[in-house]
Amino acid sequence: MAVADSLSGRRRGRLRADTTFRLILGFAGASVLLILAAMLISTTIQAWPVFRHEGWSFVTSSVWDPGTSRTEITGQYGALSFIVGTLVTSVIALIIAVPLAVAVALYITQAAPKRVAGPLTYTIEMLAAVPSVVFGLWGLLFFVPSVLRPIMDFVAGTLGSFIPFLGGPVVTYNYFAAGVVLAFMVLPIIMAVTREVMANTPEPEISAAYGLGATRWEMMRHVVLPRARPGIIGATMLGLGRALGETIAVAMLIGGSQRISDSIFRGGQSMAGIIAVTFQEAAPENVKALIGVGVLLFVITVIVNMAARLVVWMTGGHLAKEQNL
Amino acid sequence: MKPLRLIPLMIAFTLVSTACGGGSGATTAVGSTNTTGSMQADLLGAGASFPAPIYQEWIGAYQSVEPDVSINYQSIGSGGGVEQFIGQQTDFGASDAFLKDDEIAAAQAARGCDPIHIPTVFGAVAVAYNVEGLDSLTLSGSVLADIFLGTITKWNDPAIAALNPDVTMPDEDIIVAHRSDGSGTTSIFTTYLSSVSDAWKSGPGAGKEVEWAAPNSVGGEKNDGVTAQIQQNPGAVGYIELSYAMENDIPIAKMVNGDGNAIEPTLESTAAAADGITIPDDLRFNILNVGGEGYPIAGATWLLAWKCGYDQAKADALKAWITWDLKNGDDLARELLYSPLPDSLQEKALAKVDLINSEG
Repeated sequence: MAVADSLSGRRRGRLRADTTFRLILGFAGASVLLILAAMLISTTIQAWPVFRHEGWSFVTSSVWDPGTSRTEITGQYGALSFIVGTLVTSVIALIIAVPLAVAVALYITQAAPKRVAGPLTYTIEMLAAVPSVVFGLWGLLFFVPSVLRPIMDFVAGTLGSFIPFLGGPVVTYNYFAAGVVLAFMVLPIIMAVTREVMANTPEPEISAAYGLGATRWEMMRHVVLPRARPGIIGATMLGLGRALGETIAVAMLIGGSQRISDSIFRGGQSMAGIIAVTFQEAAPENVKALIGVGVLLFVITVIVNMAARLVVWMTGGHLAKEQNL
Repeated sequence: MKPLRLIPLMIAFTLVSTACGGGSGATTAVGSTNTTGSMQADLLGAGASFPAPIYQEWIGAYQSVEPDVSINYQSIGSGGGVEQFIGQQTDFGASDAFLKDDEIAAAQAARGCDPIHIPTVFGAVAVAYNVEGLDSLTLSGSVLADIFLGTITKWNDPAIAALNPDVTMPDEDIIVAHRSDGSGTTSIFTTYLSSVSDAWKSGPGAGKEVEWAAPNSVGGEKNDGVTAQIQQNPGAVGYIELSYAMENDIPIAKMVNGDGNAIEPTLESTAAAADGITIPDDLRFNILNVGGEGYPIAGATWLLAWKCGYDQAKADALKAWITWDLKNGDDLARELLYSPLPDSLQEKALAKVDLINSEG
């Protein structure tokens, strides 16, 4: 009897602990959503006068001419050039970083000798620890003027004469320069995730491919890459998230011009960049508009992420079907 | 991601604020020993980043005069400085632009008395350029405005050539470099362009941030960003603080002033610019229509204080510190390449200092 009592007492205690634990976890989960909601709602409220004043021209106009009033909205706030700047630099970054990251991950997991693979992985992942302001400074003072500028001049002078968006005259800091440095910054994230999924390719499938007479390249192409595809897309999304929101390095290298340029070798400005560089001296109405840009950046990031998830979901389904056959 | 990225924003903000103080490491001992050290107060101020180095120097030097007066100046930018001043979060503010009428109204409503403008130092804005083989360049206000408007696009434009008869100007595209951040430097520069060019006045206008019209325009953050843009783009011309140009040895243009004299920007020509102008009683002024030996693109920076609402110890300490700055701080200012106030204006500024807390 006494034993049973103590047992049930302990069980009751454990149940209570269970409930408490569940509540704590539930609260932790909810708090993230609450913080997110609180930020979105409070920033939207603060930016509302600008949204109301501008209407759709907030996203369709590229005239950004801040006013200086404390109480009303007197300037013009069209953020289109910043939206373009953010998207163009992010796309350039991904076009460069994704193939490079996949190639490096393939090399590390499938082709490199062990004593090379380890240090190489470590070095690339260390790139992720470099502060973005350091990337920015390096790009500003060395990489862009000394390495990229001759390449950009050459491309603009040759391909630029007949391919749109590549024309001159080149200015040193521009969409392309920001995109390339951004590529170095998102590379470690994309590479790390891609390497992880490639390393998990089932050994029997690899052996089977070799058994069927596949070369190493054919094995990678038909076994490793299809298996890794959802992981690569997921990694790209992570990289895209970083690229869209990256602030300082982009602001330093994008050229700081509040216009939409018709060439990737000309300057512009990004959404995070305009907030960071003009926030300090902004009058109250201008601050509201900058907060509005922040809200817009959030919305665009959500849209891009949802679109990317859709792509993953669709390609994932495609892959599953392929494997069923 | 990552709601609104406020964390990077705040980091950027901090970086930017700390970066503004650069280049003023040396603490110069000032030999005033006629001190009693009788006051005790904590003063908090915030605002403009342009004069932050000299304010920090003055604060450091004043420590040996009144060791128990502790002054904390945060270089958060003029916009934030004005906001915090009006919002009563600081004891004094600092701004590169004087308060506009609606800001004064908001200030009066917030505190119940008038804010006071006390000019402290002048700065000049230099026009720096990067043209291979060009050692000297003279520009006039209207030509400069046309360049920044994009109506003059080549270095060998007849209007530029006419101002530089002894030099062969190259057939090169002009790239215009401007500040991408809001800045008192931009305000001084665009206020000047508005005063010399109707097209500029009715177009981009004057302000800390304007809509740049020239098609070949590039932006840089802070003085070093604009300098990088100028140095890295052949054919570039841009505007930076004179002190920055002097420290970094960048080629700068002479500007033709109101009397038709081509003047090189120096501390002397900046002081001369401030000497000849008419100044209203509230000391809210722009430096325009400069003649004589004065360099025409210059502006003042102000400390902001209140006519009422300080406790006595704070009011005494604030008045004593600013008075000391204006009377004893000129050498420190020149050392850091700021131009001190001419005597006539210093007197007017000191009269304003006396008004601090005069309404209790």
